[in-house]
Amino acid sequence: MSLILALIRRDLMLSIRQGGGAGTALGFFLTVVVLLPIGIGPDQALLARIAPGALWIALLLSVLLSADRIFQQDYEDGSLDIMTMGPVPFEMVALAKAVAHWLSTSLPLAIAAPILGFLVNLEAAAVLPLTLAMALGSIALSFLASIGAAVTVGLRRGGLLVSVLVLPLYVPVLIFGLSASDPGAAPGLTFAALLILAAIALVSLVLSPLAAAAALRAYLR
Amino acid sequence: MELHATGLSCERGGRTVVRDVAFTLRAGELLQLTGPNGSGKSSLLRLIAGLNSAASGKLSLAGGSEGLSIAQQAHLIAHQEAVKGALSVRENLDFWRDFLGGGDVAVALEAFGLTRLADYAAGLLSAGQKRRLALARLVLTPRPLWLLDEPTVGLDSASLVRFVDVMDHHLASGGMIIAATHVPLGREADHRLELAGAS
Repeated sequence: MSLILALIRRDLMLSIRQGGGAGTALGFFLTVVVLLPIGIGPDQALLARIAPGALWIALLLSVLLSADRIFQQDYEDGSLDIMTMGPVPFEMVALAKAVAHWLSTSLPLAIAAPILGFLVNLEAAAVLPLTLAMALGSIALSFLASIGAAVTVGLRRGGLLVSVLVLPLYVPVLIFGLSASDPGAAPGLTFAALLILAAIALVSLVLSPLAAAAALRAYLR
Repeated sequence: MELHATGLSCERGGRTVVRDVAFTLRAGELLQLTGPNGSGKSSLLRLIAGLNSAASGKLSLAGGSEGLSIAQQAHLIAHQEAVKGALSVRENLDFWRDFLGGGDVAVALEAFGLTRLADYAAGLLSAGQKRRLALARLVLTPRPLWLLDEPTVGLDSASLVRFVDVMDHHLASGGMIIAATHVPLGREADHRLELAGAS
């Protein structure tokens, strides 16, 4: 367990020192959100109606922006080779790296997104449910992204391919994320959507390390 | 402790790169792999490290720790240094100590003359210094089997002497080393295996 924490700690330290993680993703997110009212026009009622959906889509794209880097550097500098020889199953390494990506990128984005929602006239009542749904959904976003990152790790410029591979997997998160962040819905419905979102997060937490580790092993041989 | 291989073959991309290799390595022995480029030295080392699976043949380690795979009892020093430039020299070793399960960072730094550089960012190191940092992992966490792929590349003569000392100490305390190299290691090998390179 301490070994997993050591790996998460190192990845967080690297993402802070090297930049390009949360900072770039937040900048990208902010840019998309700023561009949106310019593109759609100043109709406040329209903006308020599409705000949650726009924020969710901006979140998905921003998370994917840095997804290809989850395993890339460790693959290129040989660290992954050594990690397969560690005292824990390689799946745990894949899990730890996805957790580090969640902590360094997806979670900060999920917390910042509703705050930036005022740029697209997000209703005040929607801020709390949206934050909750995004924080929960961001777990699944990072873990699903780790599968795409593992599958494309040996490819140069694999970033775009990660998006093409992973975005379809994001559809359920988007659907239930949106219904969980609608303040106008019946409370029972919001809660049910949150539970389904949590279920998606748990399934991806269990399955994606298996898939990612298998893909990485195929590259390492 | 004894590492035993019989009829070992390994394929890469449909091509057989290692064919029918057999050797026995006992505690305290050094096996040197030689052969031209592409003769499968690295592939054989990666096979022993568990990164590659054997197309045929058997590999077994007798007298090792129960319940651990061969890879978990081995160190692999490959061409890539596995060094993170954004971390300091000490932080690099701190991480590997935590990940590989224990060891003394100060001893590892001292063994390769890195103590003075401990707080520099590893990205500022020269190629030879980076190689020393990679080799320091060998001393950091004790593991009986060392798999070295061209370990002396980039080392100056003083570091080479340190490295030979480290190898001598490891072998004297019952360790095993398999080293693939073109150049003399600075130490007589107990066994030599010439890989011809399969077509």
